[in-house]
Amino acid sequence: MKPIHWLAVIPFIGMLAGPAVHNEVDPFILGMPFPLGWIAVWVVLTAIIMAVIYLIDPANREDAP
Amino acid sequence: MTAALALIALAALAALALGLVARGGRDMDLEQWAVGGRGFGWILVFLLLAGEIYTTFTFLGASGFSYGLGAPVYYILAYGSLAYVIAYFLLPLVWSYGRQHGLHSQPDFFVRKYASPSLGVLVSIVDLVALIPYLVLQLTGLGIIVTAAGYGAIPKDAAIWIGAAIVTVYVIMSGIRGSAYTAVVKDILILVVVLFLGIYLPLHLYGGIGPMFEQIAAAKPGFLVFPASGQSVAWFISTVLLTAVGFFMWPQSFAAAYSAKDARVFRRNAIALPIYQLILLFVFFVGFAAVLQVPGLKGADTNLALFKLATQEFSPAVVGLIGAAGVFTALVPGSLIAMTAAMLLSKNLIGVLRPEATDAQTVALAKWLVPVVMLVAVYFTLTGNATIVTMLLVGYSFVTQLFPAVVMSLMPRNPTTPAGAFAGILVGAIVAAVLSFTHATVGSLFPALPQAIRDLNVGIIALAANIVVMVVVSLVTTPRTVPAGAT
Repeated sequence: MKPIHWLAVIPFIGMLAGPAVHNEVDPFILGMPFPLGWIAVWVVLTAIIMAVIYLIDPANREDAP
Repeated sequence: MTAALALIALAALAALALGLVARGGRDMDLEQWAVGGRGFGWILVFLLLAGEIYTTFTFLGASGFSYGLGAPVYYILAYGSLAYVIAYFLLPLVWSYGRQHGLHSQPDFFVRKYASPSLGVLVSIVDLVALIPYLVLQLTGLGIIVTAAGYGAIPKDAAIWIGAAIVTVYVIMSGIRGSAYTAVVKDILILVVVLFLGIYLPLHLYGGIGPMFEQIAAAKPGFLVFPASGQSVAWFISTVLLTAVGFFMWPQSFAAAYSAKDARVFRRNAIALPIYQLILLFVFFVGFAAVLQVPGLKGADTNLALFKLATQEFSPAVVGLIGAAGVFTALVPGSLIAMTAAMLLSKNLIGVLRPEATDAQTVALAKWLVPVVMLVAVYFTLTGNATIVTMLLVGYSFVTQLFPAVVMSLMPRNPTTPAGAFAGILVGAIVAAVLSFTHATVGSLFPALPQAIRDLNVGIIALAANIVVMVVVSLVTTPRTVPAGAT
């Protein structure tokens, strides 16, 4: 594991923490009940975090054709 | 109604034609048939990996799940994205090992990593027990979709036979290419249908997504949050983690990784696939939209929530289009499953009995086994065995048992012995099967524990037993000398 790979732990914590801490309908997020809206936002954040890892990860240069 | 029937028939024909065209004049030898010549770019691999998102289970099940149970359905959105995070690290390693050693199936990986053909046999059996019910589920879903979207004009049995025949023909002819090419149409169709339904229905029936959820929250308090016990927050967290871990242990997804042309394909997909996962939200919206509109569906009928609402709101042409998309969601994953099962049987079970078989003989046998696999699946589908639902649950927990041995084998120095891996998987699978068939929960096994622990997904017990046995047996057995180049 390279240091940058540890960023990948964040989506796990972020995704699961929301409903664990606040399992209530309000406040709505983007028109959705809180737990669903939270998960949806974290799906997007997961993609962004993975994009950051992808850009920094030296592995993607090593096996370039 | 005629319009609906025409569209469904057209979908079936299009799937067949596309599946056949996918062959593209290639000689379908073992490399081409099973792993597409290891030349798929990120879009084809994307579609193969995303295949798991839109099976009939998602199309009917996720909307039915939202309709029937509410909040617990949210877990489906969460686990897929996390599974892709794991895939970023896991699949490039699986891919490069597969390429290096010319692997074609998931058991191949175990046989090579642990230098143990018997481990390959065990993994094949675990895989088959998981795959057959999954295929049955696709065919059952196909029957439901065609009957509902065709306004009952097409008998369910006929739909299942025709669907199975189409899949059989194009899998034999085009192998994994057939699955990948039909997946292109499947995903475009499903994207259009799901986005349309998920946006239009809440807007038309409730005045928007926000107002829809407000009305549901008012009418059914507690429906939109996790319940205090049962499918609670503790259940949600444990289930998301377990299913994210098990996701790429499904043999058809694992083996699909071999088809990529380079390792970056997976890393790029770890960015794209979570975003694609968001489309599931719109499937949920359809299910939630049905809650106050077509109340009263119970049990297995909740799977019809989407079609009940659609036939109530739309003309037959639109219903037919939904049905056409539904046909693809059954046939595409079905084809990948059928191919994987036939490949396992040919190479890793029968192949053990005839080690002298050439690649040409292995692939020829696998092609002959496709109709056999389909016939078994059709038999179970038509007899409608009630245990099939339980078997599917067993299947999911079965493939999850492969995770510890896979992860250990990818470490620079694998501390797990072949006997340890074998014993761990075997014990984990037995525990998983017993727990599923007795409908045990952590709460029923340990009633004295706090509620949050009692709500944990029971699959954790099987996985824990697996890991404990794997470690203990590995400690008392000596590692087999690994042949050069096998690490």
